[in-house]
Parts: sequence; C-alpha cells; structure tokens
Amino acid sequence: MKHQETLIQRLLSTHKFPGGVHPPQHKAESISAGSVKAEIPARLILPLHQHIGEPAEPIVAVGDKVLKGQRIAKANGYVSAAIHAPTSGIVSDINDYPIPHPSGLNAPCIVIETDGEDKWGERLAVQDWKKLNASALRNIIRDAGIVGLGGAGFPSFIKLNPGASKQIDTLILNGVECEPYITCDDFIMRERSGEIMLGITIMRHALNAKECIIAVEENKPEALQAMTMMAKETSGVKVMSVPTIYPHGSEKQLVQAITGKEVPANGLTTQIGIVCHNVATAATVYRAVYQGESLISRYVTVTGSGVKQAKNIRALMGTPMSELIKQCDGEPASLSRVIMGGPMMGYAMQTDQVPVIKTTNCIIACTVEDVISEPAVMPCIRCGACAEVCPVSLLPQQLYWHAKSRDHDKAQEFNLFDCIECGCCSYVCPSKIPLVQYYRHAKGEIWAGEREKALADIARDRHEFRQTRIEREAAEKAERHRKKKEALAANKKKAAAITATDGKTAAKNSGNKNTAIDDAIAKAKAKRLQQGPAHKKSASENTAGENKTEASDS
Amino acid sequence: MEFKTPTSPHIHSGASVSRVMLLVIAAMIPGIAVYVGYFGWGVVINILLAIVTALVCETGMLIIRKRPVLPFLYDGSALVSAFLLALALPPIAPWWIVVLGAAFAIIIAKQLYGGLGYNPFNPAMAGYVMLLVSFPIEMTRWQAPLVNSETSLSFIDSWNIIFSGIGKNITDAITMATPLDNLKTELRLDQSVEQIINGNPLFSHLAGLGWEWINIAFLVGGLFLIYKRIISWHIPVAVLATIAVLSGVFYLIDADKFSSPMIHLLSGATMLGAFFIATDPVSATSSNPGRIIYGVGIGIFIYVIRTWGGYPDAVAFSVLLMNMVAPTIDYYVKPRVFGHKK
Repeated sequence: MKHQETLIQRLLSTHKFPGGVHPPQHKAESISAGSVKAEIPARLILPLHQHIGEPAEPIVAVGDKVLKGQRIAKANGYVSAAIHAPTSGIVSDINDYPIPHPSGLNAPCIVIETDGEDKWGERLAVQDWKKLNASALRNIIRDAGIVGLGGAGFPSFIKLNPGASKQIDTLILNGVECEPYITCDDFIMRERSGEIMLGITIMRHALNAKECIIAVEENKPEALQAMTMMAKETSGVKVMSVPTIYPHGSEKQLVQAITGKEVPANGLTTQIGIVCHNVATAATVYRAVYQGESLISRYVTVTGSGVKQAKNIRALMGTPMSELIKQCDGEPASLSRVIMGGPMMGYAMQTDQVPVIKTTNCIIACTVEDVISEPAVMPCIRCGACAEVCPVSLLPQQLYWHAKSRDHDKAQEFNLFDCIECGCCSYVCPSKIPLVQYYRHAKGEIWAGEREKALADIARDRHEFRQTRIEREAAEKAERHRKKKEALAANKKKAAAITATDGKTAAKNSGNKNTAIDDAIAKAKAKRLQQGPAHKKSASENTAGENKTEASDS
Repeated sequence: MEFKTPTSPHIHSGASVSRVMLLVIAAMIPGIAVYVGYFGWGVVINILLAIVTALVCETGMLIIRKRPVLPFLYDGSALVSAFLLALALPPIAPWWIVVLGAAFAIIIAKQLYGGLGYNPFNPAMAGYVMLLVSFPIEMTRWQAPLVNSETSLSFIDSWNIIFSGIGKNITDAITMATPLDNLKTELRLDQSVEQIINGNPLFSHLAGLGWEWINIAFLVGGLFLIYKRIISWHIPVAVLATIAVLSGVFYLIDADKFSSPMIHLLSGATMLGAFFIATDPVSATSSNPGRIIYGVGIGIFIYVIRTWGGYPDAVAFSVLLMNMVAPTIDYYVKPRVFGHKK
C-alpha cells in the first residue's frame, strides 16, 4: 500500500463522508501538455444509446448527407437524448456495432463516412437567453442532446427541472474528478473556465438556484486557480477545494461532504434542495445556448502505460477509441485491457474499435502494469477493511455472505441497494474478493426476479380476469335460464287458471293491458303442455328447485 | 483487438492476508524479545515447536480436505496462531504440551470448522484452554524471572527442561507462581494487596517483575498495528479501558482487597490479549460499534475471572466467551447506512 494514508492525515482529514480510499493517482501522465484536437476519423460510429434512458430514434436514412451539428436521431420519450452529427458526411449504415457498454453486446449505431469538410449546419444561437423562461432553456438543452458528462450520462434538462414544488438552494458543480488517471475535467476547468461560468449562470437561471458551489479536489491547483479567478466576478458562486479522496466525486458523497446533508436513501438531491452537475456539462450548456452547438465533441483523457504520450483530446463523438490511442502513440500489441472511465468504476471494452460516446471521460490503454489480473481469491477473514472504507457505511463482508449464498432477502436487509458500486471494498480486500461483482450480480438477480414476478403477476391477473369472466358469463346464463323458468312456472299457473275460468275471465280481462300478452303465453303454454308429460314433469321440478333457491336467497 | 472484460475495480491496494499476518508477527517482536530476556530461551523453543506443529497440521489437513496447500500455507494465519499459543504457554512447559496445543488449535479449532476465515473460535486460545483444563500442573508451572533467580537458564538448559525433563532439579529450584497467581492465593489468605506486594521478589514498582515490561513491549507492538491500520483501535481500547475502569472502581472502594489498575493492565497477558488475541478478525465482531461491545465484554470477563474466578488470568476464557456471542453482536449492531433515518 504505497499511497496509504498516514494516521496524522487521517486525524486531520476534513472530508465529511465516511470511508474512502487513496489509490495511486496517475494524473501526472496526462497533464504534461495542453489539450489537443483529435483528427477527424474517416468513419464515425454513433450509438443510439449513449445516455441513461431510452435509445434515440434515427431520423436519417442510409445515404443521407448530414451536416455538422445536424440532428440525426431524436429523443425517444422524456428520459432520452438526441444524437447529432459530429461532422459533415454521409450516413453509410444504420446497424448493430460494438458499443462501450458493460454487457459487451452490439447495439444499433448510425455510421457516418466523414467528408473532411467539417461543414456546419444551421446553428441557432441565443444571446439574450435571459428573456427565456426555464422551460424554453431546458428545451434548448434538450434539443442539443446534452447529458451529464461526468460519466453517468443522465439527460441534463431533467436535472434542471426539479419540479415547481421544489426550491433549489444550491447548485453544486462537480469538478472533483476523484477517479485516478482522469484529467479531462481538470483540463476543461483550466481551458474553459469562462464557458463553465456562463453555463453556471444559465443553469442557475433555469433552476432559480440561490447559490452555486464549484467543488474541485485539491490535487488540481491550476483548475482551482482558474475557477477562483472566474468566480470572483460572479456573485453567489464560490469555489471550494475539497480533500483528495475517492469517491469524493460521487454525487451523494459530495453533497454530504460540502453541505453535511444526506440525500435520503432511494431519493434525489432535489429533495434536500440541491442539484449537481458536472463542470463539463456546464461548458456544453453554454455552447448550446450561446453558440447553438449541440453535444458533438468532448474532452477525453487518453492515458495508461499502453500509450507513449498520455493526453487530453477534444474528440468527436463516434471516434473509434483505437484512433485516439494511435494519436497518443499507443502500441496496440502491448495492450492487455482498454478501460473506459477510471480504474475504480470504469468498464473494460471488448475491443478498441468501440467509439467515444457522450460519457467517455477517459480511455485507459492498459498494459499488464496498470491493472490487476485475476488474483487468487482467499476466504474472507472478516477483517472489516471493507466496512472501514465504505462511503455509505454498509457492512460489505456481511453483504458478501448473503450475496454469495443468494439469500436475496438478507442481502436487502443489509441494504444491498444502497451500494454505489464505488469499488472501495474490493480495492482494499486483503483476500482479494471481487466484492462489488457479487453485489452487482445479486442486484441483477433481484431485478430479474422482480421482472419475472411482474410478468407472473400480469399472467395471474389475466387468468383471474378470465376466470371471473367465465364465472360471470355462467352466472348470467343461469340467471337468464332462471328467469325463463320462473316465467314459465308463472304462466303455467295462469294458463291453468285461464283454462278453469275460461270465457268469463277472458271477457273480464279484456280491458287489462296484460291480457294480450297473457293470452299469447297461455297459448304457447297450452301448446307445450300438449307436448308430453315428461317435459311437464321436469319443468315443474325445476320450478320447485328455483323456488327453493329464491327462498334461501331471501 | 479483442480484450478480456473483467469488471471494476481494475486496481487493488496490494493488501493481502499474508501481509496482514506477517505484520502482526512483526509487531510481536518487541514483546517476544523482552519475554525472552526475562524468561529465557524456552520462549523461542516453544515458538519454534508451535510453528513446526502448526504448519505440519495445516498442510496435512489441507491435503485431506483437498484444498490448495501453498496459498493457505503462505497466508500466515497458522503462523500467527502458533505464535499466540506459544506466547501464552509457560516457557518451561514440556514439548508435548506445545505440540498438543498447536495441533488442537489447527486441526480441531481451525481446519475442522472450514479453515481460514471459518473458525468461530480463536484457534490459539481454544488450544490454550484445552491444555489448561487438561494439564493444569504443566500449564501453571512458571519459573521466576531470570533477573531475579539465582539459577540462569542457558539455551541448553531450556532445551533439556522442555524435551527430556532433565534438570528436573533445576525446574523445581526455579519454579514459582506468576505474580497474578501469587496475588490470588495470598488474597484468599486475607492478606492485603500491599502486604503481598511489599518486599515480594515477584513484584516491582509497576506490577509483576518482568511482566510490566513484557506488557509495555506488546503495547508498543499493538500501537504499531493500529498505526499500520492492520487492526482498528476499537477492540484494544475497549478491553483496556474496561479493565482500567473496573479495577479502578474496586481499587478505590477497597485498596486492600483489590489490586490497582496498573497491576491489572501490566500483568499476565493483558496487552498481548488486547492487541493481538482479541483482535483476531475471524473470530471477533466486524463493525466498529460491535467491536466496542466485544472489547468491553472481554474486559469485564478478564476482570471478573481474575478477581473472583478460579483462574489467576483469564484472557483465553474471556476471548472464547466473547467469540460465542460475536455473530449475534454482528447481527444486531449495524451501522446506520447513508441516507437512512437516524
């Protein structure tokens, strides 16, 4: 444990969330030079699913010519985001390709053969945005396809819409970047602090937020300085240097560290009057509003021992990762793993051909030096190191027993779903147990079980509905039958009476409105009576039975 | 290029079970050194005997249980058990006591329960208690600290005493009760603590002669473990604070009948127990509040058994008793999870 925190550091530490770890930072590699713009590759692969929510829906066809910034796929539903052409070219394919996703499965993508002209389409810049209301601003942000650039990729306009009933006191701008290796937010703060500040102003306007806190980890002095300079000129915005500890950048942990407030379990930050956005998202919001530029490129840190010169690259969405690794003098043969995101929470790509997407903050081209291979796992010795580093105060070793034995009820009793999968427990485990993997697996099984249960519920509801329908129909049929029988019985008596009194009664009843009907029934009766004794018997029996039923009913 | 896609995290702190165990052993070195200084080479011979026995038993059991042998031998847990057991035994105990204890600890108390991580009881203490109840004479025969004895023990002397019983005369000449044992016996004869201690060659100004420094050396090693974050402070602090408070209260009530906190803290296996034995993660509680309860429990048992029970020292019994309730404590004492109601 080279970078172990000393006792003194631990005692003096000012962070206010429990646990956390200090993995080696590896940030120096990628901050030696300024950011560079990536070359436009021959082909861009744009997955329709680059965000949290429903995949976008293509609105172009193969063969269409597209211009830079042109919308090529529209948001599908509320929680979704549009996709735009990052440069001009021709749509050459709409098909399944490998995308950066933990499943490793192929998914629908729009492929653009670039023409090298980089010709812009129509851009609608709004300079006097202050005249717009929050809803109109959100629409601009939504139309620009902006999602959180910190890694999760939740559509930003939704996070700018806390609901009319919720007062937002604080907008927290997350420039913490606590994962090792990643420096793209550091760079965007150094190079685009002005854009970030204007983005903040727009966001505060949309949220009607009283104040804004820009949180930056203290290991980024240049970024801190740049942001502090900018913040001086804006009232209600302050920059806060926070201690370097992973996972400080996790939304709920950051909120706790800065404000001391806890976001309720299964809740949102808006419940305690706080909204968090990433610094890069703020800069993108600025571009969308002031320049009419949709989200088509981003800062990507390309680093790891597999590249000779780690850099921050401003890359177009859809650029294959292999292109960026090549631009950093990477040697594909030496690579053992390609990670998107950081080494603590990022996921390994099945191929380096997958494209950069909206959530690609970092590409780590790993050789065997950077990452652990599958280690020999020892039994849990209950040392509690995992519990000590857990930022949400879970008991990871207990969760592990229950997850391993598939005791899902117990696992949930130990708050499985509060786990943020930060990986601290796995990182410190002396037995090298892949704890987080067990939790992910258990969550997946529980979700699958719930889906199955939901399907079973639907099936059961359908079955029950069918049963009640059949029963109802049977009852209706019986009811009709009974009425018929009753009428039959009544008329039988009447018919008998009529036969007895005959002519006299007939003459007497001629004024009665029922007479005609009665006569008709009586005729029918008489006809039936003539048909035979068997029928007569059964009919009378039925009548008796029905009378009994009626008696018991009443 | 196609790659493997293992899940995150992709890095590791480098912590390992064997590193934990080796640091624990390293932290025992000051205590062992002082122990050897006061009680001779028998301590070292005991340790070596226990190590050899423990490793042989561990290997044999792993083979029988069809488990990989080398990873589990390298983890160092059997070594730690061997050290703890050997340090708890009298340095002039016959060799078979050590072998029997170590074999029981590894085979019965550890491997039969499933090996590393699965034993509910501290193996070394289980072995110790088995010996104490089975062979009380051998287990309570201690020599006087060497500085105080007219007979010095060479390595050969210790060897002979342990292996062949040769030098039985020497043994008889040097055998003495431990300070805690002496205190207990004399207190029962209605002597006051002061009468017992004054002029008694078994005691010095802090506590039992030699034992005070052995305890201080183990305390130093224990603080090193806390500094290295191998153990958390909760269990040792809870154990020691409980002993100090209980003995302090009774000492204030009647200083004639109850010995001082100083004597309790610096005698017998107090420090070894608080920092090295009670902190065995496998058999202890795992949450911090749970650790406090666990440590307080051990502290209470140590004081109660020492003061009113039938044994002069009680670390092993106290640890085993609390081992029994550790799973229950763990079940009921859970920290409040982030975002849940206070």
